[in-house]
Amino acid sequence: MTETLPSPVVNADSAPYWQGAREGRLLIRRCDACGQTHFMPRHLCPACWSAALRWVEATGRGTVHSFTIIRRAPLAAFAPRVPYVVALIDLEEGPRMMANILGDDALDTAIGDAVAVCFEDRGEGAAVPQFRRAGGRG
Amino acid sequence: MSETSLRNRVAIVGVGESDIGKVPAMTGLGLNAQAAKRALDDAGLKPSDIDGLLTAYSFTEPYFMLGSVLCEYLGLQPRFNASLVVGGATPAVMLKHAAEAIVAGQAEVVLVTAGENRATGQSRDQAVAALTAVGHPYFEQPYGSSIPGFYAMIARRHMLEYGTTREQMAEVAATTRRHALLHPNAHMKAPLTREQVLAAKPIADPLGMLDCCLISDAGGAFIVTSAERAADLRAKPAYLLGIGEFHTHEHIMCAPSLTEFGATRSGAAAYRMAGLGPADIDVAELYDCFSIVPIIEAEELGLCPRGEGGRYWLDGRAAIGGGAVPVNTHGGMLSHAHAGAAGGLFGIVEAVRQLRGGLGARQVEGAEIALVHNEGGILSSHCTMLLGKDKA
Repeated sequence: MTETLPSPVVNADSAPYWQGAREGRLLIRRCDACGQTHFMPRHLCPACWSAALRWVEATGRGTVHSFTIIRRAPLAAFAPRVPYVVALIDLEEGPRMMANILGDDALDTAIGDAVAVCFEDRGEGAAVPQFRRAGGRG
Repeated sequence: MSETSLRNRVAIVGVGESDIGKVPAMTGLGLNAQAAKRALDDAGLKPSDIDGLLTAYSFTEPYFMLGSVLCEYLGLQPRFNASLVVGGATPAVMLKHAAEAIVAGQAEVVLVTAGENRATGQSRDQAVAALTAVGHPYFEQPYGSSIPGFYAMIARRHMLEYGTTREQMAEVAATTRRHALLHPNAHMKAPLTREQVLAAKPIADPLGMLDCCLISDAGGAFIVTSAERAADLRAKPAYLLGIGEFHTHEHIMCAPSLTEFGATRSGAAAYRMAGLGPADIDVAELYDCFSIVPIIEAEELGLCPRGEGGRYWLDGRAAIGGGAVPVNTHGGMLSHAHAGAAGGLFGIVEAVRQLRGGLGARQVEGAEIALVHNEGGILSSHCTMLLGKDKA
């Protein structure tokens, strides 16, 4: 039996983020008080504790800070995907997030690779942000 | 308010290990109890002497309030009790809390334990799935990330920035195994070469199966009391000279750096309290959930310069008799045992034993000052301690 990949879990901190993903937009939080952007979404700014936050759409461009190729899946749902890349992506706006690198050339990923966001269907309209190699080094 | 120094105020006066390996006849609580009994016997104390208990957490048994559960199991009614969760850093942090309680007069004899039946109390798939929960449930787990994967990303970054090699990481596992073969209770009993580590099944590049810690059934325990009371007890005390902790994140996506972690700060706090520095250390027991980890810790704690941790092992300096500070003389979590928080606790047990002396081929000659470092999460929570054969 093939298990399906996990769907996003939506909560009060993240509802607009996951709604954005459904619409093909990568949303991050920016603080109106100090101007810092951050990931993951929170109730207040982790830099200055202001709760005056807004959602901004990221360009979706970033670079690979580090990555691994998973050869043994931690959960059965990911077993058919092995080997696959898990990476930490530094977004152009500053924050770092985790995602898979997708695409035929994903296993060629190197630190410093330029990547661009894409969205992977996780059922019933839900989607998770993912990245593809965009050519070039950041 | 200035910091109250814990230097010379308390000592570890008893240590114990449960049976280790695959121990299907025992529960997780049973492993804790066996280790506790051995630690108490080692100290020459009675159960009624214990007035404080600290323990960690369990992935294999469904108990809430594990500290109270363990007291109940052991028939104890202490005036000081808690279960603490800072991942692998928990044992060292428990020693700090025990010391603080003793110095504050809130307890006199504190039993500290950790242990789980991770090898036989759950299936291998359950074990891996439970550990997956260490990843962020909403922003990491949807990507099929794993704990080896997190540490692999740290290893890859270290390789890029400092030229650390897979061969150097493999030597961590091989050196550690040679030490474990000198320990009568280590989980692993067969020799291991660097070549075998490099040829092992890949898990998360660049880490292979033998770069990863064991999954054991194991429990560990130690007894802490005041330095005054320690002087009257049977076993040679190991005095707490300095201890410090530091916490920077929990999930790797929020780590401030993949190459600089909180061990530098926890170590500096411990050295400052003790009035000692890296040059004073005779033996070090470092957290080694993956082969890259003690490399980074050796750098952060000043056993070698930044970026030279890999060479520290490949050149043989981490080995007993290697001419520098030997590391993980009991075999660490890569070869002695890993069962939740017990993994780091065994480093404390081994440090006490090294300071007492008489370990035969495993003994670090003239060991007077030992350093133990525990880390939890993804190099997230750190606690460093310095223990001495004598007061500082």
